[in-house]
Order: sequence, then C-alpha cells, then structure tokens
Amino acid sequence: MPGINDYAPIVGPSVISELYLLSQRLAGKTVQNINSTSVGGGVAEILTRMIPLLRELGIDAKWDVIKGNDKFFNITKKIHNALHGANVVLTSEDWDYFLGVNRGNAEEINFSGDIVFIHDPQPIALVERKEQVGGKWIWRGHVDFTNPLPPVMKFLESYINRYDSAVFSAPAFARDVRIPQVLISPSIDPLSDKNKELPQETVNEVLERLGIDRSRPIVTQISRFDRLKDPGGVVEVYKKVKKHVDCQLVLAGGGATDDPEGIKVLEEVKCSAIGDPDIHIIFLPPASDIEINALQRASTVVLQKSLKEGFGLTVSEALWKAKPVIASAVGGIPLQIKHKYSGILTYSIEGTAHYLKQLLQEPKYAQQLGLNGREHVKNNFLITRHIRDYLLLFLSLYHEGDVVYL
Amino acid sequence: MKNGPFRFYTQYHLVTLLGVKARNPRELLDKIKTVPLSSIYYHTHRFLQQHHYLSPEPPNDFAYWLTNILNMKELGELFASVDTAEFHSMEALRSRFVEILEDWLSENKYTVDCPPGQEFYFSACKTFILPMPYSARNLKEFAEILRQISINSLYFHIFEARLRLEKDENDFAAWFRLQGKDKLAEDMSRLDPYTITLEGLREKIINMVREHAGN
Repeated sequence: MPGINDYAPIVGPSVISELYLLSQRLAGKTVQNINSTSVGGGVAEILTRMIPLLRELGIDAKWDVIKGNDKFFNITKKIHNALHGANVVLTSEDWDYFLGVNRGNAEEINFSGDIVFIHDPQPIALVERKEQVGGKWIWRGHVDFTNPLPPVMKFLESYINRYDSAVFSAPAFARDVRIPQVLISPSIDPLSDKNKELPQETVNEVLERLGIDRSRPIVTQISRFDRLKDPGGVVEVYKKVKKHVDCQLVLAGGGATDDPEGIKVLEEVKCSAIGDPDIHIIFLPPASDIEINALQRASTVVLQKSLKEGFGLTVSEALWKAKPVIASAVGGIPLQIKHKYSGILTYSIEGTAHYLKQLLQEPKYAQQLGLNGREHVKNNFLITRHIRDYLLLFLSLYHEGDVVYL
Repeated sequence: MKNGPFRFYTQYHLVTLLGVKARNPRELLDKIKTVPLSSIYYHTHRFLQQHHYLSPEPPNDFAYWLTNILNMKELGELFASVDTAEFHSMEALRSRFVEILEDWLSENKYTVDCPPGQEFYFSACKTFILPMPYSARNLKEFAEILRQISINSLYFHIFEARLRLEKDENDFAAWFRLQGKDKLAEDMSRLDPYTITLEGLREKIINMVREHAGN
C-alpha cells in the first residue's frame, strides 16, 4: 500500500506538506468510521485507501462494519431506492427491523472515537448512542438525495438532526436540517490497482483474455449491474451508434454484498445483448481492479449513463486515464465534467448516441476532452484533496466561525 | 515590520451547504441579499481554485448559472463582467450584484424558471488559515519561496487577505512597500489577478520580484 509521500510526484510536494500541517492540529484524535460493507461499492473502496493514509498523518483512524442479514439489506436497499425517488413502500415492520439491527450493532460496537463518522443510511440510527458514548458525530450520505421519497427522508432526517455535522457529495443534496452541512466530493486513488499506470502488455493480456478486439473502437461502461446505472440504456445507445460506426460495447462491473438486485439486472442485460458478438457483458468478481483499469485504458470512449448517481467516481477514474467520457448530468457528475470542455454531459439515450458517434469519428476532439478531464481530476478528485477536506471537517467540529486561524 | 521577514500563510476552504436555492433571477436577488458574505465570496472565487488551470478564467457561479442554465446571456454577461478586483469588501460586491439584478428586473418584467434539478444552490465556506514554515527576509528569498509554496498559499495572500479580510492591498504589495520597493508594490497592486491562472500569476510575480531584486 503506498504511503502519503508517494503521492508527492503526482500532486506536488507542497500539497503533502500542507496535509501534515493540518493533521498536526488533530494529532492524537481518534476517528472511528462505521459503514455496512467492507468490500464492494465506493464507500468501502475509499475507506480501504483512506484509513492507512490518515494513520500515517497521525490521526488514529479506525473502521468498523455493522452486521446485517439478507432481510436487513433488502430493507436498506429499499431505503436506497426510495432516496433515489423510487416509489417503494417501507412498512412500520421494516422500520422496526431496521432499528432493531442498528440497536443490536450498537450493543456490540466499541465506540471509541473522539469523532464517530457514520457512512450512509444503513448504520444511521447508531447515533441513538451519542449521548451515552459522547464525542463528535458526523453522518455522510454518499447517495443521490436530489428527489427522495418524503416519508423516508423525513425518517432519516430525524436521525441526521442528532449528528453534529452532515456531509453530502453535491450541492443539490443539501437538506433542510438543523445541523451544519458540508460538501465533500469523494475521490479516486491514483496509486491504487484500479488507477495506477499499467504496462501495455498487461492491458493487452486482459483484453485478450476477455475476448475483446483491440483493433476496433471500444465503448465501455464500468459499473455495478444496477438499474440506476441504466445498462439497458447503454445497450440501446450502442445499437443506435453501431448502425453508423463500427464499435464494440463493454459493460463490466461487479456487485456489492449489500446489493441483492445485481444478479437479476445482469441477466436482463445479457438477454438484451443476445445475437451480437460485439457486446461484451462481463461480471467481474471482487479484486478485479487491474481488469477494470485495463478496460478503461483500452477504451476509445467511456460512458456513464446513470439515471441517478451518488457521485459517479467511475467518471473520475476514466478521466484520470485521459479518456473522453460521455455521462448523464446527474448527481455529482456535473462536478466532474464541464460540458464540451472536460467531457460530455447528456440527458437521454438519443443525446448519448449522438455524442458517441461524434467522439468516435472526431478522435482529436475526443482526446482533448480527455486531457482536460485528467487535469480537472488531478486538481479536485484525487485522494489527497479528499483527505484534506476530511481534516478540515474534523477541525470544523472544534472551531466556530467563518474564518479560523489555526 | 519594516525589514521584518515576510511570513507565508496558507488557507483552505471547507465548503458548507446552506440548503437555499433559486429558480429565477428574482429568487436569486432575494437570496443574494440574505445569504452570509462567505457565500458571496465562495460563489465569486470558487472557480479560481477549482479550475485554476483554465485560461481564460471562467466566470463566477452566478454568471455561469444565468448564462448556461437560464440562457440569459445579457444578464449573465453583466455578472461576468463585474470587476471583482475593484471591490474592497464582500458587502460592496454583494451590493453591486443586488444593483444589477434590481435594475434588470425593473426593466424586464418577464422571468423564467430553470428546469427542475438545475436550481442555483447556495453554498458558503469556512476558511482555515495556517502559518507555513517559510519566511523571506529579502526579495531573493521571497522569489525562491514563492516558487515552492502551494497554490493555496498564493491564493491566500492575493485574494483572501485583500477582499475577505478587507485589507487595503494584497499582502505581497504591503510587504514590498515596507521594504521601500514602492514601484514593485505599485506594480503588484495594479495586477488584475482575476484574469490570469494561478500558475500564470505565480510566474508573473516571480518575474516582477526578480527584476526588482537586483535594484
């Protein structure tokens, strides 16, 4: 695992030395992160990379995972879909079960943080223990809160209001709550297996193994098999474009342990691709980061046609590899792409197909979009910026006012 | 302070969300009048740091939203062309935006709402200021340190100190004047830092300082 100083050649030594300056102000503080899964999904991925780096900076960072069975995760999946605006029904029995699992976990967890940092709705009710265990409590919502189902949001807000601070990934996610709300974008790690530079031989080997032809254009969407990522829409886009421009489609992704719907969506997408050997639907097991990296690097254009998106880090991953990206203007994606400057933002299948044809046929324009995108990611969406924002967030819990002299 | 060293500081913003939004110019006016000054500051300076590699420099958030979301090119241009460098306080800058919107609304009775989901969301920022382990005793050292410091440190001494902390001039110009380098101080004060990238600004100041270091 890389150390904090290994990032200096990428972001500059001054950025690293300033992280040390900030972290000195928090020396000895314990930050206890709690979420619902240790593998799969963006939150686990970020915590895996972030915890050792925070520790290296002198913060006593810890990570606990709550336990839950299928019933619990089916309920939290319903909550997740409701936050994305889906019209699902959560019964009082569902809520009771949800709270019961939270309370059971609260009994088992050893709360030891000066700062307790809860991620996403699954463990949100642990805050019931705040009075008893003390410390500062932060809740971070990683999902899209633009248009949540009101009763579900109201229930969650009754818990959010008990925290000291809430964190969201995009300005549109801000809620009408009584506590301070902070904007912190997630990030990618440029030195992780998913994003580090790869030798050409590795890229070739992965493509060959997956049966993808490197001599023709490759259009890729990397994401979990989830309806909200609109894999069916991506296949439609491809079919529209394929009539005019020869290309291959790669839809590749895995599943998180807290997402029971994934397999069902995968089967549906496979059905829609029957009969076209140029559509490659690839279910990746956990620890396929090198494969994802190689697929992104081999792509001619990368798509992220999500219907809803917490942030959409796959966009930053592709931009970091200087790839031209066409993505839906949802969630945090507009923060990553400035339309026609560092990528393309679209609103429909038709629009996505239109721009895909254009980028496949105008490689110089596509290349410039990718290069601009990489620069934007370098300045705003790498893990070093994320660590800095977290340090500031932790400091904000102890300092009042708009301007703080440290 | 005369002959005293120049102590470098750096600063960081933690972005806060106000949960306040506007759908049209009238709502924008109402909210601009009432949001904290740190919000006006954030929306007029965010681009400088987040897109500091972009040249020409993009407009402030208000101008971007009016032009690209509401498609109000004329009003957007009026916002984009506000010369932020001329203002010495955030309250004065706020008043200018209020004046533009009030004038425009008095002459234009029609107004349009943005598409749902593309409202202007007001944010603000909490600023943390820290001393850096660098100080310069003369212009030569100053130029050397200026090359090493982060963009955030440069940003603090040029933008934050003057406009948000309401000092008469930027920190660099003030120190040059104390060193008896009045011409350099004048040149530094006259710079319009809003129309150049931060890296370009760094180079320009280093060159200016080097020219005067030998005098």
